[in-house]
Amino acid sequence: MLQALKHRGPDSTGFALYGLPEPNEYVLRFKVAEQEDLASGFKIHDEIKQRRAEVDERIVSMGAKIVEQDDATPYAYRYEIAFDGDLKKLADYIEDVEGAEILSIGNALELIKDLGDASTVSGDYELGDMKGTHGIGHTRMATESDVDIRSAHPYWAYPYNDIAVVHNGQITNYWLMRREMERLGHRFMSNCDSELLAVYTANNLEKGVSLEDSLRNSVEEIDGVFTYLVATKDALGMAKDTMAAKPMVLYESDDLVALASEEVSIRAVVPHEIDTWDPYDEEVRVWRT
Amino acid sequence: MADVSDQNQTSYDLGMHTEQLLGRTQQVFFDVGAVEEGGFAYPYATDVDFNKRGEIDAEDLSAKEVNQRIRELMEDGHGTIVIKNPGAKHSIAVGILNRLNLIIEGSLGYFGVGLIDGPNVRISGRVGWSCAENMMAGTVIIEKNAGSTFGAAIRGGDLVCKGSVGSRTGIDMKGGTIIVGGDTGAFSGFMMQRGRMIVCGNAGKNLGDSMYDGTIYVGGEIADLGVDAVPGELTELDKAWLARKLKMYELLPDKGVDHFQKIVAGKQLWNYDNLEPTEKKLIL
Repeated sequence: MLQALKHRGPDSTGFALYGLPEPNEYVLRFKVAEQEDLASGFKIHDEIKQRRAEVDERIVSMGAKIVEQDDATPYAYRYEIAFDGDLKKLADYIEDVEGAEILSIGNALELIKDLGDASTVSGDYELGDMKGTHGIGHTRMATESDVDIRSAHPYWAYPYNDIAVVHNGQITNYWLMRREMERLGHRFMSNCDSELLAVYTANNLEKGVSLEDSLRNSVEEIDGVFTYLVATKDALGMAKDTMAAKPMVLYESDDLVALASEEVSIRAVVPHEIDTWDPYDEEVRVWRT
Repeated sequence: MADVSDQNQTSYDLGMHTEQLLGRTQQVFFDVGAVEEGGFAYPYATDVDFNKRGEIDAEDLSAKEVNQRIRELMEDGHGTIVIKNPGAKHSIAVGILNRLNLIIEGSLGYFGVGLIDGPNVRISGRVGWSCAENMMAGTVIIEKNAGSTFGAAIRGGDLVCKGSVGSRTGIDMKGGTIIVGGDTGAFSGFMMQRGRMIVCGNAGKNLGDSMYDGTIYVGGEIADLGVDAVPGELTELDKAWLARKLKMYELLPDKGVDHFQKIVAGKQLWNYDNLEPTEKKLIL
């Protein structure tokens, strides 16, 4: 589906994929450098090793056990960890290492994003064999922030496991809302306005707001033009702004729900003729797995 | 069949020529006589035979290749062209300035059949955003749903969607008729300048916002009206016209058209040249 949308943005591609959850066993996806850092000289390779060793040490010191580790790329890794402690403390301690950013922590979620089109990223990270229930993804054309992994979608809703967000649009009260979220103790890793939606969702869920109400509240509280998707381990939600300025095509059948900015993306997985429609302004939908 | 003078009078009776816009206008009335004399034709327009049928399988073709193939078939005299497997690709069948019977078996993506002048198009699937944008003449009939900005800036012809459409339907339309069998989204008829829109179902918020002229008919509920859009009186002439148009496209409701609401421009924004910004706020 994402490769069919390459024309919308060839800068970076991201996937938030949901496998079968295992209690107290998490998949940790993190990076300790950006792709472009590799070209900065020989020294960066030693620094990457040091940063990763520091992350390993901190994971263990927090009482987590590293069950398995894979090098997805020279700068991004996939760990399976056993942990029953406070995820926020673990995430904060890891991200305190220079250059370290957690892409996702989840029982079911694995969040992968990098520069390049969908085929490139999927191939580099060997995503073809992954099995799961649902996922969201994004192809990005950078507009107001950099072309790098930290500005790519999806965004993990730090520090909540299994929550990811993708967004199409522009949030005009970004800085006001960001300062409000920062005052509440939330962290931002980029200057991309889309990250706000992930943090905003995390903040609502932390307060006990349901996913559906969080999406509905966002239509009132977030200014600008936006359509965005939120995925959790057992749900998929969407919200569209009051102007309905950003596209979304929806297809529902008995065994599949597919949404995309363009029908041509859905047709990449459902080649036959189908009935689709555009959700309207202020429309909020949630599907449960 | 009524002659041209009768049609002309009827169009005046329907209020299609009441504009009194000041300043230069781009309005040019089509001269039927000029066509008969061969005085009105686009460059490269070709004579086609509607009984000569051609097919295009778009499955492995790009939009550019499909459009090029349409032109080649028209140049070869094909008056009926069938496009199979369009696969929701964008910009299919744009810029056709010719008489043509075009049948699209499937769905289109963004900007389908835009900038056309003359063809009769039938689409069995759905269309994406900005279908028939800037259409000038002909008919386009879509069997399923349509995306937002349906018929943006159209100038003429009949554009029909039998399902529901997205937001900003007929934004900036300057003529022609848009017919929606189902519902339409927010800001439909936004900055409409001329032409007619019929919505058989419900209309979203801000219907007819900032419309300068033209008429919107709604058979269902209206969420709310936009700035300077006001209810108008549904006359017997309106009803006759509505019934005829909807019957043509097999969309006439069983209960008829008496329940339709008519929305027109309040024209408080109309004389914008004569008002100071503060005065404009006062009248709204």
